[in-house]
Amino acid sequence: MFNKILIANRGEIALRIIEACRELGVETVAVHSTADRDSLHVTYADEGICIGPAAVGESYLKISSLISAAEISGAEAVHPGYGLLAENAHFAEVVEECGLTWIGPRPETIRLMGDKAKARETARAAGIPILPGSREALVDPSAARELAVEIGYPVILKAAAGGGGRGLRIVSSADQIETQFLTAQSEAGAAFGNETLYLEKYLADPRHIEVQVLGDRHGTIVHCGERECSIQRRHQKLIEESPAIALDPEMRERMTRAAVDLSRSVRYENAGTVEFLLDPDGEFYFMEMNTRIQVEHPVTEIVASVDLVKEQIRVAAGEPLSVSDSLEPRGHAIECRINAEDPWTFAPSPGRLSTFHMPGGPGIRIDTHAYEGYVLPSFYDSLIAKVIASGRDRQEAIVRMRRALDLFEIEGVLTTIPLHQRILENEDFVAGRFSTSFMESFLAEL
Amino acid sequence: MLSFEQMKELLELVSKKGLGGVELREGDSHFRVAGKGQSLTTPVPAPSLPAVSAGATAAVAVVEVDEPEESLEGYTLTSPIVGTFYVSPSPEAEPYVHPGDRVEKGQVLCIVEAMKLMNEIESDVSGVVLSVIPQNAQPVEFGEPLFSIKTD
Repeated sequence: MFNKILIANRGEIALRIIEACRELGVETVAVHSTADRDSLHVTYADEGICIGPAAVGESYLKISSLISAAEISGAEAVHPGYGLLAENAHFAEVVEECGLTWIGPRPETIRLMGDKAKARETARAAGIPILPGSREALVDPSAARELAVEIGYPVILKAAAGGGGRGLRIVSSADQIETQFLTAQSEAGAAFGNETLYLEKYLADPRHIEVQVLGDRHGTIVHCGERECSIQRRHQKLIEESPAIALDPEMRERMTRAAVDLSRSVRYENAGTVEFLLDPDGEFYFMEMNTRIQVEHPVTEIVASVDLVKEQIRVAAGEPLSVSDSLEPRGHAIECRINAEDPWTFAPSPGRLSTFHMPGGPGIRIDTHAYEGYVLPSFYDSLIAKVIASGRDRQEAIVRMRRALDLFEIEGVLTTIPLHQRILENEDFVAGRFSTSFMESFLAEL
Repeated sequence: MLSFEQMKELLELVSKKGLGGVELREGDSHFRVAGKGQSLTTPVPAPSLPAVSAGATAAVAVVEVDEPEESLEGYTLTSPIVGTFYVSPSPEAEPYVHPGDRVEKGQVLCIVEAMKLMNEIESDVSGVVLSVIPQNAQPVEFGEPLFSIKTD
């Protein structure tokens, strides 16, 4: 086991990693920008090192500063969290080249799955169902046009270097495809530094179901069940839950087996998530694989009885997985991502938390870096807390979530708690009748 | 003159309410309290206060409510990167500068080593070095004070 780990992240996930390290007896080094001096992850880590000014590009994304901080602190390993540099294969390589251990999948796996077109091809080769679409990168608009005719409209153009819902363009008819192709290309170039596009059949109203996988360095790969993340606004998840009630046992078995097969085909190490789209006919298709720990990992931790972050650290230290996938899922868990935003306009709302009182009680877990008196900086993402409610079944989880959100006192900034409260009262949500188009119609009806 | 209790109350008032200060004059008596961040030499802008009816004495009580931080004289040069601070270009060489040395803007004052690269840190100002703050081979973070320089 490592003596010291550097956490190359901030906010609630940095705190989460510190918690896992404490349980494992590992010392922690928190890096922070000047804007994050009073951040809780800095307070709770054994050491804090200021690595730059507020702007992420000058601090949390500056590889030389992160490596330098690891050097001067004597850290042996780096946990990248999620977002920021978590799926940056180059950073992973630099970490390893500097003699540090990367707590995550091998850099070549990150690189492979980071190219969304190659990831698709890898899935196809592993026998995983994929949406009809391009076998390789599209060279020009006419290649896109030809393929779209074959597959049938509507289609979606995607940036190969994109992911996470960015760099997508839906094309509903042949007269649009050439102009959309050119626009998508320049957008991809600007956003990701890579103009490469691929194309897939567009599913109108899928559900987003993803499977958590874990692999160790000894070749063992297991799944920890699935999550449903269909409640999204502009491809940003708002609510996630486990298990996915849309799946019957047979579908669950097929989907989790597909995720494990894909992971095995690339000899996956550490934590990862295989994302699928489930269409209304009950067919599922591979979408992408995320080579990191995810924001919504707590719902899996509760239902599958696993500490995913501790497993990540243990796997990186060369230990075998301590979980198997024969464990039966227990109960139901739901997570609401609470952002410091206007609940109706989504305008960011940074500021000082004059009141911050968290609910407790049965089945409530709150992952947050916020505290009363904390000043939310304006430079970073607006997530301030994840509220996870669990119970024996989905109904109990919902009832507990309503209670927790009612008793969560936050003043000084606006939060999306009122929006979540409305969703939790929605008949369709409660009945489990929803897909990725839910939020659009829900917001339109408000 | 104010009693000790009255002085204490005024001190607390200035402190709690975050006032700029309180000034009382009565005859030759002058009582002045400066709030945090205020200098005792600048006058406290004031509506006039009621005269204190104590007897006049020549005593002057001057109190600072919050000690301002001991600020190093002159300009503080801070580290622009994370790394290890070295006073000299190599272990056997002489330090770049000593306290008392005159330095020019752009002059190399030290090395901060990061990822095996020796980064030469240049002075932002011209003047005289007052102090070298970190120890040789000490790890430094972004923004860490390195030198105190009395500027021209």
